[in-house]
Amino acid sequence: MSMGNNILVKLNNVGFRQNQKWLVKGVSLQVEKAKIVTLIGPNGSGKSTTAKIALGLLKNIEGEVEKFTNKIGYVPQKISIDWTLPLRVRDFMLLTDKLKEDTMEEALSLTGVVDLKDKSLGNLSGGEFQRVLLARAISKKPELLVLDEPVQGVDFTGEIALYELIKEISEKLNCGILLISHDLHTVMSATDYVVCLNGHVCCSGSPKEVAKNNEYKALFGEQAAQTLSIYEHKHDHIHTSDGDIKKN
Amino acid sequence: MFDDFFIRALVAGIGIAFVAGPLGCFVVWRRLSYFGDTLAHSALLGVTIAYSLEFNIAVSIFLISSVIALILIQLQRKTNLPSDALLGLLAHSSLAVGLVVIGFLTFIRFDIMGLLFGDILAVNKKDLFTIWIGAALILLVLRLIWKPLFASTVNYELAQAEGLNPDRAKAVFTILLAAIIAISIKLVGVLLITGMLIIPTAMARNLSDNPQKMVIYSIIGGLLSVFIGLFSSLEFNTPSGPSIIAAALVLFIISLLKIKQTIQLKN
Repeated sequence: MSMGNNILVKLNNVGFRQNQKWLVKGVSLQVEKAKIVTLIGPNGSGKSTTAKIALGLLKNIEGEVEKFTNKIGYVPQKISIDWTLPLRVRDFMLLTDKLKEDTMEEALSLTGVVDLKDKSLGNLSGGEFQRVLLARAISKKPELLVLDEPVQGVDFTGEIALYELIKEISEKLNCGILLISHDLHTVMSATDYVVCLNGHVCCSGSPKEVAKNNEYKALFGEQAAQTLSIYEHKHDHIHTSDGDIKKN
Repeated sequence: MFDDFFIRALVAGIGIAFVAGPLGCFVVWRRLSYFGDTLAHSALLGVTIAYSLEFNIAVSIFLISSVIALILIQLQRKTNLPSDALLGLLAHSSLAVGLVVIGFLTFIRFDIMGLLFGDILAVNKKDLFTIWIGAALILLVLRLIWKPLFASTVNYELAQAEGLNPDRAKAVFTILLAAIIAISIKLVGVLLITGMLIIPTAMARNLSDNPQKMVIYSIIGGLLSVFIGLFSSLEFNTPSGPSIIAAALVLFIISLLKIKQTIQLKN
């Protein structure tokens, strides 16, 4: 894509197998400074698994991950917090890094939840919690942000504002972002590079290129394709039950 | 001043309460109370080994508990049994083997009741030294692993993704648990050590809205339990361990009133 010294994380032909089934296979991508790379794909297509591989959370992976930074912020897709542990928003913000009070407040203001800082985490709504998760990830001024559906449960106007914020952060902090999202509209407009997954990389490129791709259309339907442009092509492979890919 | 057995027991109890509070919080947060039980039961085996080889009791308990923890981790990896079944298996078999070995060691006089339920008369000056040095070391190490341990208690993947080392913290924490069991067995006894870890903590949970508060309250709860328990043990001639745990239970029940109040306020 561009200069090597801007690369934050690079995946070379990685895959992960669980119970004899490939969750994802043959994925290569890289995230660079100040760039947003978005993973799209249907449920179970290996988006979260790919993000976890990039973060080094999975053991026994196939392929190779090269990481060039340790300053990482992560918003996981699912987070289960046990409420036997009394935790306020401010305690959660300080979880993996020490922060000054004003740094913490600044991050919480950016995502619009600064008023909640002394509230108990267990009392937040889904959308509020999501905003706190995002605030926590950006507060430590990371070089690489991995955001797995960061705006799930957030109201419509909030969603747009948060995507704008994500783009702004990428520029302001010179931070690379690996984003997973279902929201094609917003994502496509804010993304530098799209990787369309369905157990493997179906297609990748700039949002425009991907929108022209047949497989993208096959995966997301005619309407999704029309949101960007109209194109045609045909499938050149099928997916077998063990997660493998066969050429037609 | 340490010539009085009661003062010795009190000083021992204070040392233990300071460690039991923070460790107990992690035991509750990480849902490890049965794990604590298992380590404690295996401590009896440690005692018998110490007696038969004329070895330091605390060190022997510490080593045996650590070995049992390692065996547990191996069994979890290599069998299909659920963790609670494995814990039960290890807890009761190590307790049983410990008692059987005691049966063979007829040449040594054992105070089995004292081992199981604690004995304030048994705490000597050397034990005080072991308890306070041990407690200081446990707190120091806990301070060092606090961040990765706490972060991974909240969420393992977040902690690992953002560069902390949760697995190492967990292993070290297991060793700390073995250590507190080793130093507190004389005062509280094998069967009740987990109670010392989790009952003051359960009380603290009812009173706190953040983790720091919960740690402080559980230390205070532990200290109060030790004071009330030991004084009543002296007064009513009851075994020290059960008296301390019963005192902790009373404090827990009182703390329930506070919850009731909060709920009423909310409505």
